[in-house]
Amino acid sequence: MGAENTMPVTSGAAEEIRVESLLKIFDARHVLDELCFSVAAGESLVVVGASGEGKTVLLKHLIGLMSPDAGRVLIQGIDLKTASPSESIEIRKKCGMSFQEGALFDSMTVFENIAFPIRRHTRRKTREIAERVSQCLSLVRLEGIEDRRPAELSGGMRRRVGFARAIALEPEILFFDEPTTGLDPVNTAAIGRVIDHLRRELGVTVITITHDMMLAFRIADRIAMLRQGKFLIDTDPENFRRSDLPWVRAFLEGKLPEGEEDAL
Amino acid sequence: MNPIRWLEIIGTFALEAFEELGRFFVLLFQAAYWLFRPPWDVREWFRQMVRVGWDSIPVIFLTCLFTGMVLALQTYQGFQRFHAEGFVGSVVALSLTRELAPVLTGLMAAGRVGSAMAAELGTMRVTEQIDALYTMATPPVQYLVVPRVLASILMLPLLTLIGDGIGIVGGWMVAAGLFHANTFTYWEKTFQYLEINDITSGLIKAAFFGMILAGTGCAKGYFTTGGAEGVGRSTTAAVVTGSLYILLSDFFLTKVLF
Ligand SMILES: Nc1ncnc2c1ncn2[C@@H]1O[C@H](COP(=O)(O)OP(=O)(O)O)[C@@H](O)[C@H]1O
Ligand SMILES: [Mg+2]
Repeated sequence: MGAENTMPVTSGAAEEIRVESLLKIFDARHVLDELCFSVAAGESLVVVGASGEGKTVLLKHLIGLMSPDAGRVLIQGIDLKTASPSESIEIRKKCGMSFQEGALFDSMTVFENIAFPIRRHTRRKTREIAERVSQCLSLVRLEGIEDRRPAELSGGMRRRVGFARAIALEPEILFFDEPTTGLDPVNTAAIGRVIDHLRRELGVTVITITHDMMLAFRIADRIAMLRQGKFLIDTDPENFRRSDLPWVRAFLEGKLPEGEEDAL
Repeated sequence: MNPIRWLEIIGTFALEAFEELGRFFVLLFQAAYWLFRPPWDVREWFRQMVRVGWDSIPVIFLTCLFTGMVLALQTYQGFQRFHAEGFVGSVVALSLTRELAPVLTGLMAAGRVGSAMAAELGTMRVTEQIDALYTMATPPVQYLVVPRVLASILMLPLLTLIGDGIGIVGGWMVAAGLFHANTFTYWEKTFQYLEINDITSGLIKAAFFGMILAGTGCAKGYFTTGGAEGVGRSTTAAVVTGSLYILLSDFFLTKVLF
């Protein structure tokens, strides 16, 4: 397999995330197969790939929700697997994650969902919390739904509330699992704008999973494509756009790669 | 069938049983670990105590009232045969405080509270809400399991105490109302043979049952897999396993406590 630029573009900045020979096997299938990469502080990595390739599994390893069968994940130099409970809590306070399906607490209102991490980890006053919550909601263009329950929202709205909850505490590292899948173009643009803003104003490190190439080109410093447990390509957006790997071309042009069409 | 195959089936069954018991203890040990670490979410503790304790009072009230009544009914008719009606009060009081009130409270709570815990945590597991808690630097065991186990350990003895009282009153109602027993003798006999140890040992048992039913309810929910169907399976299993563990441990606890 001809991989281009498998060396990460770290440009001298401090290494925020480091993944070493990450291996994950489900039912004898190598979902992640000795995957290696690193992400510098303030960098934005976008991971693309077909459904079921293991993108969500990768993200869950990065934040410690799954533990590798072999290999290591280091966040700011700390191995999630060997960290003490308090160390790993400290790391996770610096991280935010938005889930593919939102993962909102359905026993709470939208307000309580977004306020949850703020109440939990800061001593801010009620008024400050309310301000921050409505600010986060307006960033995802959902003003005035504080009192609704997750069950009353559409899938796309739930995803955006989940996004708002992930950024509520202004974390240093953000993980977004398909933040725009199923959203209309206007709301997709809004999500892109928020991620842009977070990076420019706060220097946040972002790892985003998406199928949405428009969003990818808007927010990425690097784009990687996950295929058969490895990064088929991991390069800057320009090189990615020019790549002639059949799977990359298929993704960019929205058609089946050569050889697969005969299968029909 | 070939004997190796039988061994295999027995082996698999044993392994599964041990795995399940292992999970139950792992979760309880983790809960004990997180109980002593801040932040202490006292509001959530109270919320769970209301759900486990206060909300269970009607069920426990009816269960123990009728148990006390039927106990009096049965013993009165039996004891009449050898003119020992006077002892009905003692029998009712001793059976309730030592055995029936704690066990019935445990079983009713396993059905009411343990199943709800399994359903709630199971749904949170399959919709990734437990994962979301984790990513927000909130240990799920601390936030979800500790308040539920703690509330059950504290509330079950209180419910049992209520059940003791209600059951004894139920016994008296039947003895005095149906059999025209002398109220004074009934209460005299009730307290004559009742020792404080009868009541406390029942309450200690109830605390254990609280730990068991909350532990199984939470473990079943926490380790749920397989979507909505999995949540259903966990909920049923929480009631069945919880009740079973309560009845099995009851024997050994009684053996140790008396
Ligand atoms: N907990 C799990 N147990 C078993 N298999 C899993 C689990 N999670 C994911 N998988 C498998 O791993 C593969 C990748 O899944 P996923 O990361 O969700 O894909 P996607 O790239 O669409 O996000 C899928 O084939 C899925 O069946
Ligand atoms: Mg996915």
